[in-house]
Amino acid sequence: MKQETQNKPPVKLSVRNLNFFYGDHQALFNNDLDIYEKKVTAVIGPSGCGKSTHLRTYNRIFELYREQKATGVIQYNGQNLLDNSVDLLELRRRIGMIFQKPTPFPMSVFENVAYALRLHYKLSKSELAGRVEKALRQAAIWDEVKDKLHKPGTSLSGGQQQRLCIARAIAVEPDILLMDEPTSAIDPVGTLKVENLIEELKKDYTIVIVTHNMQQAARVSDYTAFFYKGYIVEFDETEVIFTRPQNKQTEDYITGRFG
Amino acid sequence: MKSSFKHKSSKAEALFVKLTTGCAIIIIALMAGFFLQLLWHSLPALKAFGVQFLFSAAWDPVRDLYGAAGAVYGTLVTTLIALCIAVPLSFIIALFLVELAPPWLATVMGHALDLLAAIPSIIYGMWGLFILIPIMQNYVQPFIGSTLHLKCLPFFSGEPSGSGYLTGGLILALMILPFICAVMRDVFKMVPRVVKEAAYGIGCTTTEVSFKITLRYGLQGMLGAVFLGLGRAVGETMALLYVIGNAPEVSKSLFAPGTTIAATLANNFAEADGLFKSSLFELGLILLIITFLIQVAAQLWLNRVREKSGGGL
Repeated sequence: MKQETQNKPPVKLSVRNLNFFYGDHQALFNNDLDIYEKKVTAVIGPSGCGKSTHLRTYNRIFELYREQKATGVIQYNGQNLLDNSVDLLELRRRIGMIFQKPTPFPMSVFENVAYALRLHYKLSKSELAGRVEKALRQAAIWDEVKDKLHKPGTSLSGGQQQRLCIARAIAVEPDILLMDEPTSAIDPVGTLKVENLIEELKKDYTIVIVTHNMQQAARVSDYTAFFYKGYIVEFDETEVIFTRPQNKQTEDYITGRFG
Repeated sequence: MKSSFKHKSSKAEALFVKLTTGCAIIIIALMAGFFLQLLWHSLPALKAFGVQFLFSAAWDPVRDLYGAAGAVYGTLVTTLIALCIAVPLSFIIALFLVELAPPWLATVMGHALDLLAAIPSIIYGMWGLFILIPIMQNYVQPFIGSTLHLKCLPFFSGEPSGSGYLTGGLILALMILPFICAVMRDVFKMVPRVVKEAAYGIGCTTTEVSFKITLRYGLQGMLGAVFLGLGRAVGETMALLYVIGNAPEVSKSLFAPGTTIAATLANNFAEADGLFKSSLFELGLILLIITFLIQVAAQLWLNRVREKSGGGL
């Protein structure tokens, strides 16, 4: 144990004392969590335990809804992300998000990625095309879509749509990718491809993935946080969580005794 | 299975089936009836004027010469003006209601919109005659014509009289606004929340989400809304009757008095006879065909887009 603690990679994002409210209802309680650089951190726990809620504070997407409020500190690049002074445009370039359902925009495959790029950079036509191709290659979908770049994004299969969304997210060269149950709405083959992609992406990106599929957490993640009723019950290396959890609740959950 | 089901179904069941089928047939019978009746009564005018009826602006009960051009032109011009004003305005209002307004305000405004749609068109007509016409005559038309020096353009030439195509189009715009706006609001509400979140998630502002996501997602539904407004505007009678000026002419100037098909019908039925009456019926037939074509176009369009997008809206 001691040796493991010493070898921990640098912390990319550190959450301290995070509380979250839906109106009067408190959904997260004093969450503390360190997200390690270029590692995959899985967030697991039963439905309604606050996994997604927690994730949605990192890019402040919850702010779209007036009644939702977060307090605490999310330290990233020497800044508390929850501060009002944070530039949301820049924040959301650096911290991309993939949703449960694929979310292609109502435009062509090419435009889906190009649109994200244009939001953040001024690029010439050829630069733009190059960056789009690079992103699609990185998202392991280029070979499947190179002949239908100008077809609507919605015409792709579910798994392809999800990888298109990943391409869109990584096109703007983020630091962190947040994935909110990214495979729960796609078929097993699509799931496998997305999981392989995650494996590939962690060389360049820090990834946080919410999943209710424990095999998936075990397969793809390096660290795992177990959430229960808004509390982070246990956080450790994935191997530790799945083989010798310290907490009784964690053990019960991963062995399928409740959930 | 089927035979045992039939066995249960006795005479009452058979009667019920006949009754419902019969009632449903009424719809088709009504539609066909209206069309045939209009056609039948138009025959004398059709024989007398032929295709020329559509292109002649003559309207002379003394010499018994009639043409539809003035009325058709007025209908198209006022409808076009109304759409040009109502569609963008509805779009902006609907966006505000869905994307920006705090929930309580959106609710209040939503109800106001429904109430606005419920105002009888004669009230719009009355308001137009007593309030809008003087405003147009004394302020708006002189402003466009003299202050902005647009008098030299044929569209804004002539003396400000208050009534005319522009005023008619304006009233129509107000009338169809709540309908278009309500449909657009519903269309925008149907844009998946998660797609909008994804757009905000890559750093879009509300403006960007509105125009790039909501607008594109809702395009097909919005066109449906536009067609709905179009259908209403084309046939609207009472609101226009008092502000259009009722001159069966074709004028370039939007300030000039004109007429529409529906207004012509409403104005002339009382004293019509013979060929005059038949010409009115032919006008009615034209109106029916125009609205019918709009409906068909709207349906075809919506079906095509639905197939293309594979479901969705």
